[in-house]
Amino acid sequence: MSRDSGLSLPAMSRLSWRYLWRNHRRTVIMLLAITVGVWAMIFMTALMRGMVDKMIEDGIDALPGLVQIHHPAFRDDPNIENSLPAPGAELLEALASAPVAAWAPRVKVPAMISSERDTRGVTLLGVDPAREIELGFDPQSVVAGRFLEGADDQGLVVGRKMLERLETELGKRVVVMSQDPENEIADRGFRIVGVFEGKLPSQEEQWIYAGLGTTQKLLGMGGAVSEIAVTGGDFRDVGALHAHVRAAVGEGAEVLPWTELDTYLGLMLGVMDGFVLVWIIVIFLALSFGLVNTLMMAVFERIREIGLMQALGMRPAAILYQVLLESLMLLALGLLLGNLLAVATILPLRGGIDLSMVAEGFEMMGVSSTLYPALTRKDLVMANAVVIVLGFLTSLLPAWRASRYRPVEAIAKT
Amino acid sequence: MASIRCVDLCKTYRQGDAIIKALDHVTLEIDAGGFVCLSGPSGSGKTTLLNMVGGLDRLDSGEIAIDGQRVDLLGKGALADLRLHHIGFVFQAFNLIPVLSARENVEFVMQVQGVPTRVRRRKALDILREVGLAGMEDRRPAQLSGGQQQRVAVARAIVSQPKLVLADEPTANLDSVSATHLMELFRELNENHGVTFLISTHDERVMRHARRLIRMRDGKVIYDEVQVSC
Repeated sequence: MSRDSGLSLPAMSRLSWRYLWRNHRRTVIMLLAITVGVWAMIFMTALMRGMVDKMIEDGIDALPGLVQIHHPAFRDDPNIENSLPAPGAELLEALASAPVAAWAPRVKVPAMISSERDTRGVTLLGVDPAREIELGFDPQSVVAGRFLEGADDQGLVVGRKMLERLETELGKRVVVMSQDPENEIADRGFRIVGVFEGKLPSQEEQWIYAGLGTTQKLLGMGGAVSEIAVTGGDFRDVGALHAHVRAAVGEGAEVLPWTELDTYLGLMLGVMDGFVLVWIIVIFLALSFGLVNTLMMAVFERIREIGLMQALGMRPAAILYQVLLESLMLLALGLLLGNLLAVATILPLRGGIDLSMVAEGFEMMGVSSTLYPALTRKDLVMANAVVIVLGFLTSLLPAWRASRYRPVEAIAKT
Repeated sequence: MASIRCVDLCKTYRQGDAIIKALDHVTLEIDAGGFVCLSGPSGSGKTTLLNMVGGLDRLDSGEIAIDGQRVDLLGKGALADLRLHHIGFVFQAFNLIPVLSARENVEFVMQVQGVPTRVRRRKALDILREVGLAGMEDRRPAQLSGGQQQRVAVARAIVSQPKLVLADEPTANLDSVSATHLMELFRELNENHGVTFLISTHDERVMRHARRLIRMRDGKVIYDEVQVSC
């Protein structure tokens, strides 16, 4: 350390460490408070993060994909006229390379579905089933019959709720009606070959799946598609994937990440980050009173020794550093124990926490009945950084007071 | 060696409504290598004078110089450096750092001075042996008797060979054997190493060792004489 500090860092650390344990009981109590506080910060953040991540992942599955390519006007008017040509060689090359993990061309148009009993407005999804599964469609969600077997499959897969609304059954025929590029009615009969269960009730009522080729033929759109959905990597870091796809697409098409495709989902991620910070700070504020009190007491009970150190030639700045170091040691120990405790309680819950007792309420919010705690490096770093930075600032007051004593008065204290 | 020059020192303290004159126009000079005792009743100003010379407190008026350097004009940092490198303190109430062992207490000043570990450890062990504490180096202050603690404090004050030692009632809590041994140690340092001693005391045994005796009362010097017998 410099001349200003007066003691080398190892010597000052040794002194601080011994002062820290001079009053074992007080230090242990404060250490417990910091440990529990840090555990609460990290554990509760992991639960909340897990809940929000699941909501976002389900939302992304419903889009689907982390990035989508559309005709620039498609999102305002999802008309068949606002379609994209089949992907060119350059785009195909980009879609076959990292960071792209999977992609799927889709036709997505508004349509009407009619059974003998009822008619409903739906979104007709023309998909390549193999690519759709790679993108995230869960074949296990088909609870009756089968999923589509190829792009030219002649069957139709509908949601469980839609089946109820139409008052029809698996294996029966329905008529799907939409518009072709000339704004003429395009319709054909489909046999229902499968029934799926959506993650959200609205999906079961809104989506019907048909083969991509079958749909393109029905609508007379050749090889054109409504959208190309692309996925790859962590949803929190979609920037690289977005840039990669956008570079291959060039002008003439709109390439958007999921945060812009569904601004509510994007906002949720931002709000969660802000909420985590506020949550961590609130817990720390509760802790800080104990921390200041502990340090104040530690300083008050050794005013005389502080005066002695000054009398022996230790500069006031060195006294300040020494008290700060003592506080940082306490915080570091509390952080270490709190982090270990948090990891030890979160890891066994990786398989998920069953919330089926209150699942109805959660499903209304679009949340799965199983909660998976999500421990992210970012949240860990934030919790630790907040405790260290604010703890350091909180310790400045007692440290500064310790350094301001006049030696002659401090030594005279009994 | 350090010479001390005090000119017209005044210091008052407020105690309730009363104003106490701790130092009342004190002027004195101590030559380098001096062995001087300050005596007088409680409240006569002995400790205040030591504190002023050591830069632990501020004067109301007057001048103090150690080897020509004006102490009263120095800032906090410079005063800390002066105490660190040139002055050794021995306090009446031992004043050891309780969380450090005897050896670490003795090493403390050298640590702040930046003396390398091996050198300061050797010096600390040597001086502890010299003050009769061999084998007790690793004991904490609470594990030492009053006399042993005072010897640690003395070892700490002299280990880095300061030019000046300021000792406030150093024998007040010592038995007569320890007190005699301590004074012999002080005299040895004074005579062989030229360390200047300014000692405040009530103890006649200490006064007998002094080459110069200054008596104070009510903040004033009332007697100042070289003792020929020493």
